[in-house]
Amino acid sequence: MPRLDATRQQAVSVSLATGAYGLAFGALSVAAGLDVWQTMALGLLLFSGGSQFAFIGVIAGGGSGAAAVATSTLLGVRNGFYGIALAPFMRPMRPLTRAAAAQVTIDESTAVALAQPAEDVAARRVAFWWTGLGVFVAWNAITLAGALLGSAIGDPTDWGLDAAAAAAFLGLLWPRLASRRAQAVAAASAVVALALTPLLPAGLPILAAAAVAIAAGWRAPGEEVPQ
Amino acid sequence: MTPYAWTWVAVVAAAALAFLTKYAGHVVPEAWLENPRVHRVSGFVTVGLLAALFATQAFGSGSAIVLDARVAAVAVAAVLLWRRAPFIVVVIAAAAVAAGLRLLGWG
Repeated sequence: MPRLDATRQQAVSVSLATGAYGLAFGALSVAAGLDVWQTMALGLLLFSGGSQFAFIGVIAGGGSGAAAVATSTLLGVRNGFYGIALAPFMRPMRPLTRAAAAQVTIDESTAVALAQPAEDVAARRVAFWWTGLGVFVAWNAITLAGALLGSAIGDPTDWGLDAAAAAAFLGLLWPRLASRRAQAVAAASAVVALALTPLLPAGLPILAAAAVAIAAGWRAPGEEVPQ
Repeated sequence: MTPYAWTWVAVVAAAALAFLTKYAGHVVPEAWLENPRVHRVSGFVTVGLLAALFATQAFGSGSAIVLDARVAAVAVAAVLLWRRAPFIVVVIAAAAVAAGLRLLGWG
């Protein structure tokens, strides 16, 4: 169906662009103290960039495994909402198909699928699968390269990898700061996390910031939702 | 268990919870999570966590808050993001700025 070629091209270019920063993830994960196998397990099994960066960020900061799991999981809550947004054109699915769809339900596959015309169910499905599987392959292949590269260099701070991790979180945050309220939540969360850093074990200040965000979302009157 | 084994436990637990979260979205009744408050909280938690992770990664050093080469690096990253540079360019530029400053003996 040549009609869907444009959708496929879009999916492939998003896959390659997203996969490219697997290089940063692979190198940072090894710098955080995980080995290549654990790094690849995060990419293949957890497969959600923000949660993966969060997991290794908490570990790198000296946080416990439990804090890393909690932060990663909270950050992945949005993926649950994506499944619902995809429901009108993805359901019904056979069990194995549903499990595969769930594994590749991430920011990029959802965004490219929803960017297709609402009435074009075929295009939306093609966009979801091509982007989801495309990112999965590119992300993990390039993560492996990053992890091997990260293993080959010495002190990660000599290479600025700590700054690279901060820049990675800023890059993930940036497109979500469109609304005033999102900016306020981001600022408040950052301040709370920094204020609590000298007082609490590593990892917990980040979870405290999540509590601030939950309170803000609970109390805010109906208005635009950050994606 | 060794710390290495505990890291594996955490990796597998995080992966299992990530999958269950994604899977849940594909099986719950569509009407369930249309509640705007639930939707809003989800969006804000993403923003709040990413902001907190950014702040502690940029300014934290153990249990101390420090200003070092990372400050200049994230400032450059912010300018590049504002100029709509690709993600990978932003990350590499930040690493280069911090590495360069440290080579010069600052931070």
